[in-house]
Order: sequence, then C-alpha cells, then structure tokens
Amino acid sequence: MDQLIELLKTNARLSDSELAVMLGKTEQEVKQEIEQLEKDGIINGYAAIIDESAYDPNSVFALIELKVTPQSQSGFDEIAKQISSYDQVQAVRLMSGTYDIIVEVTGKNIRDISLFVSQRLAAIDAVQETTTHFGLRVYKDNGIIIGSEETDERGLFL
Amino acid sequence: MIDYNKALSKTIRDMKPSGIRKFFDIAQGMKGVISLGVGEPDFKTPWLVRKEAIDVLEKGKTCYTANSGLIELRKEISKYFERTINTHYDPEHEIIVTVGGSEGIDLCIRCMVEPGDEVLVVEPSFVCYCPIVEICGGKAVVIETKAKNEFRLTADELSEKITDKTKLLVLPFPNNPTGAIMRREDLESIAQVLKGTNIIVISDEIYSELTYSGRHVSFAQIEGMRERTVVINGFSKSFAMTGWRLGFVGGPQPIVSQLLKLHQYAIMCSPTVSQYAAVVAMQSCISDIEKMKNEYDMRRRFVVDAFNKLGLDCFTPQGAFYVFPCIKSTGLSSAEFCEKLIYSKKVAVVPGDAFGACGEGFVRVSYAYSINHLREAVKRIGEFLEDLKNGKIQ
Repeated sequence: MDQLIELLKTNARLSDSELAVMLGKTEQEVKQEIEQLEKDGIINGYAAIIDESAYDPNSVFALIELKVTPQSQSGFDEIAKQISSYDQVQAVRLMSGTYDIIVEVTGKNIRDISLFVSQRLAAIDAVQETTTHFGLRVYKDNGIIIGSEETDERGLFL
Repeated sequence: MIDYNKALSKTIRDMKPSGIRKFFDIAQGMKGVISLGVGEPDFKTPWLVRKEAIDVLEKGKTCYTANSGLIELRKEISKYFERTINTHYDPEHEIIVTVGGSEGIDLCIRCMVEPGDEVLVVEPSFVCYCPIVEICGGKAVVIETKAKNEFRLTADELSEKITDKTKLLVLPFPNNPTGAIMRREDLESIAQVLKGTNIIVISDEIYSELTYSGRHVSFAQIEGMRERTVVINGFSKSFAMTGWRLGFVGGPQPIVSQLLKLHQYAIMCSPTVSQYAAVVAMQSCISDIEKMKNEYDMRRRFVVDAFNKLGLDCFTPQGAFYVFPCIKSTGLSSAEFCEKLIYSKKVAVVPGDAFGACGEGFVRVSYAYSINHLREAVKRIGEFLEDLKNGKIQ
C-alpha cells in the first residue's frame, strides 16, 4: 500500500498494469487497492503539477495568513469551508502559531489577488487580520522539482 | 624526439581500451540522449554520510590513516561480514580498506599471478579482470556462462577449463552485466570442483546488497572455502558512494598480509575523509540500503516486463541493477543494435560484447534511473523495434 502511494505520488499516470508489474501484484489487486484508497479518502484526486509561471508568466501566487475569530459552534470549520469554495483558492489549512488559517491563491496578476483579499477574505466578519505574501519563484512543488532540467552527471561507465 | 613506443611497455600498448569507449563518445556528442548506460546508482549518498565528511573536513581530520585503513572502519567491516555473509575476518590482519572494489581486484591479481599462470575469468563480466591478468604476464582463460543457465557458472564449465597452471578463479556475482547470482547450491558444486586444488577464488561481491530473491551467499561461506577465498566488496553500489572510492577486501591472513604490502607501496592508504564517512555509513545507514534496494526491485520488474513485452527475451535478473536482454531476434549484432538505437532514437544502452565475446547478441540495460526515465526509454526502444521491422531503419 505504501509503495503504491509513493509511486502514484511521483507519477499518477502510471497505468494499473505498470503498477502491478512494479509491485509484483496482479492488475486486479492494484485496481482494488486504488479503489479502496479512494473510498477511504486517502486518495482525493489526481492533478497535474503545473509550473504556473511557465504557463502564464503574468500569473501570481500568494500565501495569505488569516487571523480568524473562531465561531461558537463550528470553530474554524465554517469559515475555512467558505474560503475553500472560492475558485482562486488552491489550498486552505488550519495552522498552529501566530495566525490561524493559511490560504494559497493563484491569480492572473497582483491586482486580481489584491481584490480577492480585500473584497472576499477581509470582508468575512470573523477575519480580523490578513497578511499577504507573494511568491517570487517556485523550486519544488508537490515533491516535484520545478523548472530546472536535472542533469545526470554520471558518465556512461561500466 | 622521444620514441614513445619504446618508452611504453608493450603490454600496455597492446592492451585494448575498454570496449565502451567509442560508444561513450557517440553518446557524449549528442544532445537529448536518454541513457540506460551508467553503472552507478542514481541515488545520492545518504545525508548522514555526507554530513560526516563535511564535519571531518571542518575538523581537519585529513591525515593518512593506517595502511590497511582506520581500525574503527575495519571493525565495522568485520561486523558487516559477520552479519551479511556469516564469516569472520579479523579486523587487524584480514581486512584492508581499498580504493574501491577495483583496487581490491587489482591487488589480488597482481599479488598472485606470475607469468604463465592461468586465471579463470567468468564472462560476461566487468571489464577489468583480463587486462590486469595480462599486465602480470598471466593468461586469462575465459569461462563463458550461458543464458540457458541464467548466466550462472556451472561445475562442468569450470572443470573443463582447469589445468595445472590454473591459479585463480574470478567469481563476479551478483553479476554485471547479466544480473545473475549464484545460489548456495551453485556455489557448493563449484566448491566440489575446487576442493583439493590450490586455486584461489576472487569473489567480487560488489553488488551483494542488491540481491532480490533471498539472501546473498558468498563463496567464503561454503564449507572449507574461506581459506581459498578473497572477498571483494565496497561502498559504491550498496551505499551509493561510487565517487568516494572506497572498497574493502576480506581474506585469509597469509594472503591479506601480502596484499597489504602492495597496497602500502602503491596506494599508501584509502582516502581518509571517505573512510570516516564510511564508518557512519556502516553504523547508521543500513536502512538506506534497504530503501534503495526496494526501489531498484520495482524498476527491475518494470524493465524485465517491458523488454519481454517488446519481444526482446530477457531473463529475470536476481541481482545488481542491470538487465541483459537478447537482441538476436533483430538480426543485428550488439554493436549495430546499439549504434542504430542511439542514432535513431537517442537511447544509449551498452553492447553486450563489451563484457566479453559471449555477450554478443545481448545488450546491457541499467535500471539505475527513475521510473519516468525508464518509461520514456522503453517507449523509444519500442518505436525503434517497430521501425526496424518496417524497414524504416537501415
């Protein structure tokens, strides 16, 4: 199971039959294990890892820290869910430390993100404070090295 | 004008460079080549080992060590031998830390072979054995292993080649390039043949940690064989430490004490920084070996399956990180296959005959690469075979 997850994390496009060969299992077994992982909410989806700056050089990535007043019934859940529902938002996490929620956002440009922060996030009553950090460059994302062709320095040796 | 031909030894001048050289140059000169050629791990040396080397440098611990290596390291190596091959070597007198497994091989052959002696070399195998035998004026007698025996050495093949001049047998298992291993029963039948002779065995076990079915068995473990065996091993393949140049030999004291003399005059001692780092490798990085092995194992299954699906017969190797598919069905020689493949699809594999004449008809494919890399290479080889069939490649 662990090995299967590791393989899918590095390349989710490996076919069931390729996975089966590598893991020394049958295709049917791999299929079932993956279905189980999906059912159990361990695998939640399969997405391409995109270098946004290569795709659209104007695009902007931001991490936004939020200080939030927890709600009497739901704590942070309700607010986190509300924030998660916005399309621009890539990730939302409840954090320990000096702020409560961190939001990952991508936008077409800086203005796009500024508007999102001021009109959407800051407008939520429970949000007391926001701090926005703009990303300058991505080196690694989801375990994948971004942007630089890794060169193999090994010689063709016996 | 100096006549360099007169200055250089005839033996050296007549020696052929490694068969891979020409091919290496082709691959180097091309862009976008996907290589399946390398013979070293794609993993980085475990961080703890690198860290130790940094610390050692910072502290300036950069003097020579004892000729046979740091005693702490030899003690660790002794424990390692006991744990892995259940054989005791006295760290004081029976172990030398060498500059890679290669130096160990060189020491053994040069310390034992005299002009006229015969050395049995199992092929296909790593390229260094025969040339060193020749330097010593010895005669390398090749024993060809066969695909039908999964490239294992059989007792009959061995018996046939033994003469009263036979001094040494080089036993390179797990094998580069075939990935073959020798099981205990295979080694036992070899031992039967050698029993009562004066033949010494150089057991090159550099790939011992990469054994995929069951545990690696050393020739030294076979009853009565320790006294005639020198075990060569090292850090390169198991700990992904090729560039650190660190290996070791374990053998009976009467042999090792003589090896040490040559090592002392030729090398002095192995690199000090590497030796300190290797102590940490032995003490703290055994679990890394296991992780790397599991990863290789997945790739091995992937590559074997892929080649068999492509119609290139490939026996399932049980060791090292190579597969050795047969390419005879294409009607090409190994060299032709490799050249056409690299020129048309930019995939580099090594012709089997670089590892001995009996490797003709095979190619060596290394799977010391990421799965994504291997996938792309296999895809291209598939296209290549299609193109060959359709006459698109001349």
